[in-house]
Amino acid sequence: MTTSDTATGAATGPIGSIDAIDPGPVDPDSIGPDSITPDSITPGSIAPDSVAPDSVGSVGPATDGEPQASPRQTLTLAKALNTGLLSAMAADPKVVIMGEDVGKLGGVFRITDGLQARFGEDRVIDTPLAESAIVGTAIGLAMRGFRPVCEIQFDGFVYPAFDQIVSQLAKLHYRSAGRIRLPVTIRIPYGGGIGAVEHHSESPEAYFCHTAGLRVVTCSSPADAHLMIQQAVASDDPVIFLEPKRRYWEKGEVDTTPLASMPGQEQLALHTARVVRPGADATLVAYGPMVRTCLDAAQVATEDDDRSLEVIDLRSLSPLDLDPVVESVRRTGRLVVVHEAPSNVSLSSEIAARVTEQAFYHLESPVLRVTGFDTPYPPARLEDHYLPDVDRILDAVDRSFGY
Amino acid sequence: MTELVQLLTPDGRRIASDSGQETDYQAFVADVTDDDLLGLLRDMIIVRRLDDEGTALQRQGELCLWASLRGQEAAQVGSGRALGPSDMAFPSYREHGVAWCREVDPLHVFGLFRGTSLGGWDPAEHGFALYAIVVGSQTLHAAGYAMGITRDGGDGAAISYFGDGASSEGDVSEAFGWASVFSAPLVFFCQNNQWAISEPYRRQSRVPVYQRARGFGFPSVRVDGNDVLATLAVTRWALRQARSGGGPVLVEALTYRINPHTTADDPSRYRPADEVSSWRMRDPIERLTIHLRARGALTDEREAGLAAEANAVAADLRARCLALPDPPEAALFDHVQVTENNLVAAERAAFTELRGALP
Ligand SMILES: Cc1ncc(C[n+]2csc(CCOP(=O)(O)OP(=O)(O)O)c2C)c(N)n1
Ligand SMILES: [Mg+2]
Repeated sequence: MTTSDTATGAATGPIGSIDAIDPGPVDPDSIGPDSITPDSITPGSIAPDSVAPDSVGSVGPATDGEPQASPRQTLTLAKALNTGLLSAMAADPKVVIMGEDVGKLGGVFRITDGLQARFGEDRVIDTPLAESAIVGTAIGLAMRGFRPVCEIQFDGFVYPAFDQIVSQLAKLHYRSAGRIRLPVTIRIPYGGGIGAVEHHSESPEAYFCHTAGLRVVTCSSPADAHLMIQQAVASDDPVIFLEPKRRYWEKGEVDTTPLASMPGQEQLALHTARVVRPGADATLVAYGPMVRTCLDAAQVATEDDDRSLEVIDLRSLSPLDLDPVVESVRRTGRLVVVHEAPSNVSLSSEIAARVTEQAFYHLESPVLRVTGFDTPYPPARLEDHYLPDVDRILDAVDRSFGY
Repeated sequence: MTELVQLLTPDGRRIASDSGQETDYQAFVADVTDDDLLGLLRDMIIVRRLDDEGTALQRQGELCLWASLRGQEAAQVGSGRALGPSDMAFPSYREHGVAWCREVDPLHVFGLFRGTSLGGWDPAEHGFALYAIVVGSQTLHAAGYAMGITRDGGDGAAISYFGDGASSEGDVSEAFGWASVFSAPLVFFCQNNQWAISEPYRRQSRVPVYQRARGFGFPSVRVDGNDVLATLAVTRWALRQARSGGGPVLVEALTYRINPHTTADDPSRYRPADEVSSWRMRDPIERLTIHLRARGALTDEREAGLAAEANAVAADLRARCLALPDPPEAALFDHVQVTENNLVAAERAAFTELRGALP
């Protein structure tokens, strides 16, 4: 591979995870006699300082809605989620967080860091190790007037909760003729690229998009992470909130004003797609972790091929906001859809079909797709070949121009 | 039901063979000689040394991750050595010591944590299923396998390893229920190492693990999992129960996870250091060493020999691990199904073509 998104600093090095991502102190007794010397340690091999360094107790700027001196801060995506959750909890005493290791540990990615210390064990609940129960009891709590935010530790561990999500959470509003509302948010770190062991790198979004009754969203930047998590928690419908784990450590500027004190017109609605890089020659559509990769591809296309690519971040996967996509395709005539999940019956299948229906006469080429392959997620040493990268995206753009 | 079966005290004394509650289990290790005990010691020393190598290789960037078994050597070796050739073990992801007993080349385990494979060994050849990272899932596979043993007239039993945290998963309760009503020859072997990442056992249940079997209608026992002899005895007993048509047995091995959950974990955030040091005092290898020394069966020379052997095994493993190549790129398309489907075939072809076209 000549270029790939690892060049952007996105690659975090192998950090493995069954399941806890803190580098942790080296236990001197656990190291074999002469197998380790300080200078034989590869820096990249130790977890990027995860989210933790500035974390314990120092939760976010929003203190019970008090106005802050400067709401604009540079935060990692992980810290932006943490700050958003803090604001959501401060704004509504019915918000409870529940999941494995979310309390003292602050979650394996530290997204809930400091929240239990601040809001207590009744509102930040370390649950027994049972995903079906995490979601099932969240339904009961919601029926009792609470607003649960569930953390599923990794994408590959959501499946034990599948019945509770797909048959229960998604359907109770409909079955009760609208009497029951289930404002439950299910946070799931998802996607690959972190050099993890099995079941820690999957992209399960299509399963949930296929299920009526669920809202499915994903953020790609710290600013969106901060805003969207609060909007998800405020939603009266269940929301599957997918977090691009390989981007947790990327930084960006965030307006940390709590949603509750933000004038409505300043908020981009939760289910809105957004053009993140304007362009004229072809359209790239992505979401979550692949937005960064598409932006990198667009940059290379400008520099090397003198092509102007427009990049759209879907943000919402169900419902889809395709108006900006159709509008873009009407201008560019070419569309490439990019995601990590396999292609078969995927988001890109849906987008290709709908865009073809709505912009058929404007298309200069078929809608092309760059996706993970239709195989199980491979072992970590092969994941760079599995995941869409700049090369594969630009190859698809070339093919699009070949028509 | 006994509170805790122990045959060697933490300071290495052998509990007398006629002392009350242990009597039943003594018979199961009556044949164990000092040489056999030395063999168990050797296993534990090598397994710990390999485990240290895993931690070291991860620190050096050679493995993605390592899940250390330190502190659980006796639970794994004691139970692993109780198994016979026709038994089938269903591990979670920390059973490197059982893998050793099942003669799985540790290189396969290291390859999994290096990210070069998702498994590596042949479960049927070793009587050792693939690691199960989805917590608790393997207990159902073990129940089904054991149901198969009764149906095809086989003579072995299945043993399913799982953790204290896993005991909360629905799958595990379902496996208890199924194994029970089908009288499946299955030993549920829970290593209660006190922690599920940051959560202490009291977050999983109000009663000890072993007491949960009663509600499902099968016997259980709690053993000192840092006592390799007691673990061997209890597991032999449990396997005999299971094989003789009595249905499942639950063994809870009380032990402790000395190291972080994995190399990616920082336990200083959630557990006190003095808890760890108090468990270090109950070290399983130490215990057997003292015992064998007191009997004159372990000399300085012999002990040095075991350490040297362990170092040699580790050095060899290290060299082979460093030499492990990344799999060929297109291998990611292999074995999706028995018969490759047209979609995978097309993707494989396109992939190969694109790779060929790149500089
Ligand atoms: C279904 C599922 N949920 C969550 C996880 C993440 N996870 C990995 S290990 C672990 C703790 C397991 O604790 P325990 O069963 O006691 O085993 P131990 O790690 O202590 O050996 C968790 C929560 C997982 N692997 N599978
Ligand atoms: Mg445990």
